[in-house]
Amino acid sequence: MNFARRVAYRTAMFIVSIFSVVAIWELYKIIGPQDGGKFFGVSVLPRANNTAMPHVSTMLSRYSRPEVRGSDKKIWAVVLSGAWFSLRLSLVGFFLGTTIGVGLAVLMARFKIVQRGLLPYLVMSQTVPLIALAPLVVSWGGKLEIGSFVWPRWLSASILGTFLAFFPIAVGTLRGLSSAPAAAVELMESYAASWKQTLFKLRFPAAVPFMVPAFKLGASGAVVGVVVAEISTGLKGGIGRLIIEYAREATGDPAKVFTAVFGAAALGLVMAGFVAISDVFLMRNRPKESSI
Amino acid sequence: MSAVEVIGASKIFNQGKAQQVDALVDVNLTVNQGEFVSLIGPSGCGKSTLLRLIANLLEPTSGSLMVNNKTVSQARLDQDYGMAFQQAGLFDWRTVSKNIELPLELKGWDKEKRAARAAEMLELVKLPEFANLYPWQLSGGMQQRIAIARALAAHPPLLLMDEPFGALDEMTREYMQGELLRICGETATTVVFVTHSIPEAVYLSNRVVVMSPRPGRITSVIDVDLGAKRNEDTRAADGFFRNITAVREALRGTQAEHASANAIRGLEDR
Repeated sequence: MNFARRVAYRTAMFIVSIFSVVAIWELYKIIGPQDGGKFFGVSVLPRANNTAMPHVSTMLSRYSRPEVRGSDKKIWAVVLSGAWFSLRLSLVGFFLGTTIGVGLAVLMARFKIVQRGLLPYLVMSQTVPLIALAPLVVSWGGKLEIGSFVWPRWLSASILGTFLAFFPIAVGTLRGLSSAPAAAVELMESYAASWKQTLFKLRFPAAVPFMVPAFKLGASGAVVGVVVAEISTGLKGGIGRLIIEYAREATGDPAKVFTAVFGAAALGLVMAGFVAISDVFLMRNRPKESSI
Repeated sequence: MSAVEVIGASKIFNQGKAQQVDALVDVNLTVNQGEFVSLIGPSGCGKSTLLRLIANLLEPTSGSLMVNNKTVSQARLDQDYGMAFQQAGLFDWRTVSKNIELPLELKGWDKEKRAARAAEMLELVKLPEFANLYPWQLSGGMQQRIAIARALAAHPPLLLMDEPFGALDEMTREYMQGELLRICGETATTVVFVTHSIPEAVYLSNRVVVMSPRPGRITSVIDVDLGAKRNEDTRAADGFFRNITAVREALRGTQAEHASANAIRGLEDR
């Protein structure tokens, strides 16, 4: 009963927020300057004309028209298959990121010296621009030979998803693992529990409320990584490639690129949704106020 | 055979450094089988430290400790004692009966044996209908009873308790004291009990160990002559007040020697 009401409330709020964004967009198109607002020669306000900011209705109706003139492939089908391709790469990236992130967190929780030595590098790794890293990973992957294993090009995009996903997961899990109350740790010590027993019976369960939000960040990070990698390496088949292709047609067909952008956003939502479902499942028996 | 034997135990934190704290100096204490012994004293007198030395959660700087004629580290490995803290410390994600099963799981008991023992312990603390609820659905007093059930689940001969009723209201607290005496009587468990409360110490104990801070040490041990059978009438008996006065005077001695804001605050907690 209570649960159904919460779901209804959330859904209503989601619809309201989407409509407010649409309203703000359209409102700006009415009151905003057509050629952009300039302040001492620096443009600070975006152009409100139909080329830069197509009407929401134009963007939506674009989905039902063909991708290119004369083609019988509707653009929604193209965007959908691109999103599906990128989703699979993102899932691979997310699972690799989860494995690495949780693994590193356990290692750092176990050995304080690893934490002190490794954490600064993890933080530093996230300051490397992904755009610069993408071609490097592709070329490294191309040179990699492990027996008969040949590095597929799509794996490079997944790896970049991993690169963005593992960090929030490692940091969040580490925080969660250290969140077990001192008294509970002492209790496990009094039972002469091994470190592994304490990890699985106390630290991981105690970490769940911290891990779920971290996994959400990791999931959307994986999508961003994959899409950016597709854009900068020109990998065919995914939503990233569609975004650059369509962006080239921005002057003639401005609504087109937005169809792909929304596809990428939906992809992120789907990934975060997977995590949200696991959240409901994992936290079902916890006190309600402790869920973050 | 004594349940607990403490011989010349000392615990110095930050030895040789500026922040050196003499938490315990040259403590000797023997607790007999089936005895209920309370440790009482102002904050910083080392009563919790002494309990943790017995539990082998801390290593003594010098001296030795035995539980059931074993070294304390062996006793800990054998789970010869159960422990309960001020916070019940139940795991939110486990049902009440799974919480009680935790020490048995760690010992490698099989599932049916664990469930049977958990049911038995729930009967003992008179909460059998709550087996499948989660701890956060219970009141503080019930949670503490579950914590005691968990501490006794493996039937340890010794129970170590660190202010287990400190967070409870007065009525619940008195009820819990009665329950603890009943449970320990039924299971013949030896108890070492840390408390701030003089009436609590007197009501529960065969002996009250009075401790003093800076450095932490035992200043006197008072035998409580209230007999074995105690109930709510005991709290109104003359002997109860006489013993309370005796403990209070022993504590006052520790305070006069080391009058300080901390020592007084420690006494006024209760």
